[in-house]
Amino acid sequence: MIKFLLKGILRDKQRSLLPIVVVTIGVMLTVFLFCWLTGILNDSIEMNARFSTGHIKIMTAAYSKNIDQVPNDLALTGVDSLMIKLKKNFPDMKWGERIRFGGLIDAPDSRGETRAQGPAIGFGIDLLSEDKSETERFNLAKSVRRGRLPAHPGEILMSEDFSHKLKINPGDSVTLIGSTMNGSMAMYNFTVCGTIVFGTGPMDQGSVIIDIEDVRNALDMNNSAGEIVGYLPDNYYNEEKVSQVVAKFNRLFPPSKDEFNPVIVTLRQQNDLGNMMDQIKKVGGFAVFIFVLSMSLVLWNAGLLGGLRRYTEFGTRLAIGEDYSHIYKTMIYESVLIGIIGSVIGALIGLAGSFYLQKHGLDLSSMMKDATILMPTVFHTRITAPAFFIGFIPGLFSTVIGTMLSGIGIYRRKTAQLFKELEA
Amino acid sequence: MKKNIIPLLMLCISLNAQNPSAKEIIEKVDKNMSAESRIFTSKMVIHNPRNTRTIESKTWSIGEKKSYSEYLSPPREQGTKMLKLEDQLWIFSPSTDRIIQISGHMLRQSVMGSDLSYEDMMEDPHLLNHYSGKIDGEEKLDDRICWVISLTANTPDVAYQTQKVWVDKDRFIPLKKELYAKSGVLLKKMQLSDVKQIQGRWFPKRILFKDVLKDGEGTEFLIEDINFNVAIPDYILSKASLKK
Repeated sequence: MIKFLLKGILRDKQRSLLPIVVVTIGVMLTVFLFCWLTGILNDSIEMNARFSTGHIKIMTAAYSKNIDQVPNDLALTGVDSLMIKLKKNFPDMKWGERIRFGGLIDAPDSRGETRAQGPAIGFGIDLLSEDKSETERFNLAKSVRRGRLPAHPGEILMSEDFSHKLKINPGDSVTLIGSTMNGSMAMYNFTVCGTIVFGTGPMDQGSVIIDIEDVRNALDMNNSAGEIVGYLPDNYYNEEKVSQVVAKFNRLFPPSKDEFNPVIVTLRQQNDLGNMMDQIKKVGGFAVFIFVLSMSLVLWNAGLLGGLRRYTEFGTRLAIGEDYSHIYKTMIYESVLIGIIGSVIGALIGLAGSFYLQKHGLDLSSMMKDATILMPTVFHTRITAPAFFIGFIPGLFSTVIGTMLSGIGIYRRKTAQLFKELEA
Repeated sequence: MKKNIIPLLMLCISLNAQNPSAKEIIEKVDKNMSAESRIFTSKMVIHNPRNTRTIESKTWSIGEKKSYSEYLSPPREQGTKMLKLEDQLWIFSPSTDRIIQISGHMLRQSVMGSDLSYEDMMEDPHLLNHYSGKIDGEEKLDDRICWVISLTANTPDVAYQTQKVWVDKDRFIPLKKELYAKSGVLLKKMQLSDVKQIQGRWFPKRILFKDVLKDGEGTEFLIEDINFNVAIPDYILSKASLKK
């Protein structure tokens, strides 16, 4: 019977085209919206993880309490031995030492006097060793706008906007004025080797990236680091795996009263990301629910209309002796087939569009020029497992339920009146 | 009658000498603490929560607002020079061969991570020029009887709008100070000790500064050697001397 019905659907386009188109559009939009919301959440998490939080972060207890002030006087010391211990106990994790700092970038004139000066957010990361993971995490190679990445000690990368503001070009010399770990004023000369565009408002406004060893020299932080960030092997944040790492770390470094004891925090515990993730999930889930519900109503109505449009056909079929329940069953089977066809096509189109945006992204930087929080300016969709079946909820079930409801009317048709109805 | 007036006058003069006004006390404190010019070598022992650092410097100053310091040790700070003229400060860093100018609120930042600000370190303000005082009472401080004087700034451009000062009654030296912001928040505490007679005046050779907004046990400012009212060549207090 299914083969017969399928032939009917494919051959009688008047009967099947509109329902399939409606289901396809509805499912496509549902899938795309779901992937879009998932993508925004993931982009935000990933960006924060790469630039700021890691999947986990290790710092001193005192530093973690005042992390917003980036208190490098409370930084981790003896980092070499700590890193050896971490690499030994967590061989699958990827680790990165970082020093974040604030300071002034001072551009001198030909006489060495201050020509221009601006406040900067600085990142000291490993740029010059053979391990290029930090360079990749910051996506530096692709972010270079002018010049090149640092290849020698004493070189600095500046954000493109910042370099324009201070009228600095690659090859120019600048002085970093900051504060040492001990609170003394620190002054250190650097040569600008390149400029970069991060694609995030706050970072593009005034940031510099320097090799961590140079930062250590400049800020008198020998063998110290403000933070050690850790990433799971597949670079994808997973709460369960992170919890395991945290538990093991806490066994290795039991919490103590020493304010310089290393402590571990997860991505969720930083920058209010846990709250943000929960909120986005809630809001996203609610948005998807509302959308699925509205699409379900639309497709339900489409099913109802389909039933009504075929009022005459059902009358004729009843008149020539077809059983009520047989007609009802075939209607439902047909709607299942239409739902499946529409859902598959809609899901495929939705997934194809999502895949395109997952790969290329949608650049909304012009709309986020003045953003002050760390948010991506190029948004990507993200295809996850639920995206493959979420479209079937409105696409298949709603169509079928709509048809089932409209089909009840078949049982109310009276055989004695059928010919009168048909004549009319 | 005349016989009675003279002892009465003598008594008044004597009582006045024993209970001088706040202004008179401040004037005498200024005479001890300030000078037309000073050259001194000092050590700052900074007690941070993690470590203790000692920074040695030599300072030349004229009046209230002109001062020049050169850091002698440790090696990282050696050769750093600071020149303060009025409300502007220039810092020379030998490692960068650059002179950086700072001014405004930056002058209230910590010097070398200590509990002293640039203003604390490089200014020699006459209290009487900036504050009016009121005697709150007397207190015993380390076996010394002190006047407790509240100072309120007459001008808005001072770092500390009010001060509470414990002045040694015998030597006219502050032994303790509490420095407050305009809001009334206590910013710093100072304990002055090791008071010695130097060139005809009492002077504390050890001052413990404690920035109450900072962790740590404060910064000891130790005067190794000091000369008052000596001639200082003009070139020392000029920008040209920074790179020399």
